Amino acid sequence: MNYVIRKLGFYAAALWAALTLNFIIPRLLPGNPVDILLAKLQQRGGSITEETRKSYAILLGGDDTQPILAQYWTYLVNIFQGDLGVSISYFPAKVTDVIGASMPWTVILVGVSTVIAALLGIVLGALVGWKPGTWLDSLVPATTLLAAVPYFWLALVLVYILSRGLGLFPGQGGYNVVLDPGFNGPFILSAIEHAILPALTIVIASLGGWLLGMRNMMVSTLSEDYVLTARAKGLPDRWILRNYAARNAVLPSVAGFAISLGFVVSGSVVTEQVFSYPGIGSRLLAAVTNNDYALMQGVFLYITIAVLAANLLVDLLYSLVDPRTRARG
Amino acid sequence: MTNIQSMTGQTQASPTEELANISRGRGQRPKPAWRLMLPTPTPWLITGLILIGSIIIFGAVGPLLVGDPAAISNTGLSGPSADHWLGTTQTGQDVLAQLAHATRGSLQIGFLVGVLATLLSAFFGIYGAYIGGFADEAFSLLSNVFLVIPGLPLVIVISGFVPRESRGLWTIAVVLALTSWAASARVLRAQTLSVRNRDYVAASRVSGERAWRVIAVEILPNLLPVLASQFVFAVIAAILGEAGLSFLGLGASSSSTLGTMLFYAQNGFALPLGAWWWFLPPGLMIALFGMGLSLINFSIDEIINPKLKNARLVRKRARQAARIQKKAVTS
Repeated sequence: MNYVIRKLGFYAAALWAALTLNFIIPRLLPGNPVDILLAKLQQRGGSITEETRKSYAILLGGDDTQPILAQYWTYLVNIFQGDLGVSISYFPAKVTDVIGASMPWTVILVGVSTVIAALLGIVLGALVGWKPGTWLDSLVPATTLLAAVPYFWLALVLVYILSRGLGLFPGQGGYNVVLDPGFNGPFILSAIEHAILPALTIVIASLGGWLLGMRNMMVSTLSEDYVLTARAKGLPDRWILRNYAARNAVLPSVAGFAISLGFVVSGSVVTEQVFSYPGIGSRLLAAVTNNDYALMQGVFLYITIAVLAANLLVDLLYSLVDPRTRARG
Repeated sequence: MTNIQSMTGQTQASPTEELANISRGRGQRPKPAWRLMLPTPTPWLITGLILIGSIIIFGAVGPLLVGDPAAISNTGLSGPSADHWLGTTQTGQDVLAQLAHATRGSLQIGFLVGVLATLLSAFFGIYGAYIGGFADEAFSLLSNVFLVIPGLPLVIVISGFVPRESRGLWTIAVVLALTSWAASARVLRAQTLSVRNRDYVAASRVSGERAWRVIAVEILPNLLPVLASQFVFAVIAAILGEAGLSFLGLGASSSSTLGTMLFYAQNGFALPLGAWWWFLPPGLMIALFGMGLSLINFSIDEIINPKLKNARLVRKRARQAARIQKKAVTS
């Protein structure tokens, strides 16, 4: 129980840090959203008065006449009321609505492909590590190549070969725009069809990391005494592999989930851009190009919260997988 | 039947003896202690070193040998030929020349971020763990928080707020370093905690050495392999991160890296037009560089975790034994 409380406390602290970062960044950096927007307005021939400036500042939620702590307080209160402001590029939609519409796409895409990559990588890594020195081991350098491939480059090459060249999968968008979005068969099928290439990109690019980590742990675990004992007892190889070696070797991979997820989320942002996928990564980049600061910060916040939630889940699962964490805590 | 039996009976002694001779030969020349700090030359390490070496030479010397990467000519979008080894871009710029300059740019930023991130992680990981107490708790919390906050989205938000004009090489490098030091700080902290409590460190502290000297002289040498491995990871991550940012058009202005090259290739519709020679080389360059660094990292891993090395040596001996056995049976 202690372990759970400690973890919850840590993630509360991480959430607070992310919220604070989100508050500080715009105020710390040289660019001022109000100035950038006013400059744009001026380019289009709008006249700028002191009132325009003030109303823009209030629209963006950054009324900089107040003391900074008061601003911080209003910011926190707004966030806990679920008010992230109004998006400029999707005016007059609220930021939460824009994000709410795109969040499921990313969560399903990234979630499913991460789970597939992790399971596949761990199983393959266990097999490669189990019989080191065989032909399987020569796969290892190839996986390091895959692990270092930029996501977006791989995505574009896959589109070029599988979509343009062979015409197997659609290479753009998240669903067939002719169809009605909703819970009906054709739409879901089309969504799955469109998700195959982005998911394949994420799986291929992140598989290598899982595989390598698992292989190395497998090799070290196999030289443990308890594996030798198990062999000496004459247990069948499959049994040793599953219940003695792999179980212990998988722990660091699970504990390192946070790092892997960070890489996948970063990669998927760029991947979504390549596929014009209607997920949250494309929204983030659209917000950056349109100077839609409220949406930009909102997306960052949502991504962070999603990543924190996933990590919390894995941490709690970890205490189930590894009883030692519970005993110690 | 009997024939075979007698043969195995005859040869059984000799392969064992031969193997013993090999082991004895190995045992006669014990390696000096410093040799253990250096990686054993395995095929993987050599492949990695050759890859990294040639890419670094290409990035360092290449720009001097090729022509002007920005020079425009009439032969737009032509495939590889004798004049242009890697073809030309849409505006007739030589891809090889661009590749050489872009490689140099990417290596620069990778190295810069690698150094900055390693320094940050060394400070937060080693120093925090060494002094212990409240500072250790605070540093550890800080690095764990930075670890779970997703890096690239944060970098994108930061780049979105910094106007394009003031987005220089250093800005991007600092931002990338700030978002990538946490994982290695955690690894370094764990290692430092185990080294800190060893007797010779305690002796050094008791004899009144200053903190920085204990860290630099007593602790740091033990952490060198870990630091090297983290540095290698930081360089890969930085090159990949910078490529992603530049590809999105959020990279350093006025810099030429493999990412900006891919950005221009994508905006020039390189792949839809079938200009693979423009699009494939930059990505392959990144992937090969990353692969080379990972292969080198395997050897560093063997120093950090001797179990990996032992497993390899056991395998090698088993292969040797099998070979001798086979030779004996066939002869």
